[in-house]
Amino acid sequence: MDILQIVTIAIIASIMFIILKDVNPTFAFFIILFVGIMIFASVIQQIRLIFEVIQSLGEQANVSGLYLETILKIIGIAYLAELAASITKDAGLDSIAKNIELAGKIFILLLAIPIITAVIETIVGFLPTI
Amino acid sequence: MLTDISVLFQIAGIGIIVALIHTILKQMGKEEIAQFATLIGFIIVLYIVINGLNDLLNQIRSVFLF
Repeated sequence: MDILQIVTIAIIASIMFIILKDVNPTFAFFIILFVGIMIFASVIQQIRLIFEVIQSLGEQANVSGLYLETILKIIGIAYLAELAASITKDAGLDSIAKNIELAGKIFILLLAIPIITAVIETIVGFLPTI
Repeated sequence: MLTDISVLFQIAGIGIIVALIHTILKQMGKEEIAQFATLIGFIIVLYIVINGLNDLLNQIRSVFLF
């Protein structure tokens, strides 16, 4: 989808949100949620293309598939946590948004542990054994 | 289905119509039926949005290699 279409959708949705906010706040919140879904769904196909390019480049450069996969998963977790946190923040639940961000950070750290251990093992291997 | 703007208009239209029905039924003094109308409109919109969310999460799962 074109950027023009996304911008148009966002403007129309904000107008509808203003109209619906006084009449029926629940449905206004559904509009926010659905606009988020629509915009990301239109972007995700391009993200898939970019990831395919990154993966083919990594294969050419003989980067281990484990690392690329971990990085992609980390990006996915970061985006999902961001989406959920902003939606809950819009609904007025700041504390839950903070908790979701914390959970996202914890899971990212959990995924990064193999890379961190690999780096530390390499550094330890450089150290001269006495 | 996901990149279709008519769904957005459907949600907004259902919201406005449900609010209208709610007001009219309240004016007629049928408080419980008004509540039910609001609840049913809510469920319909929830169904639409949950379907969209399901599609999006499936796509994310396939793209980000979960």
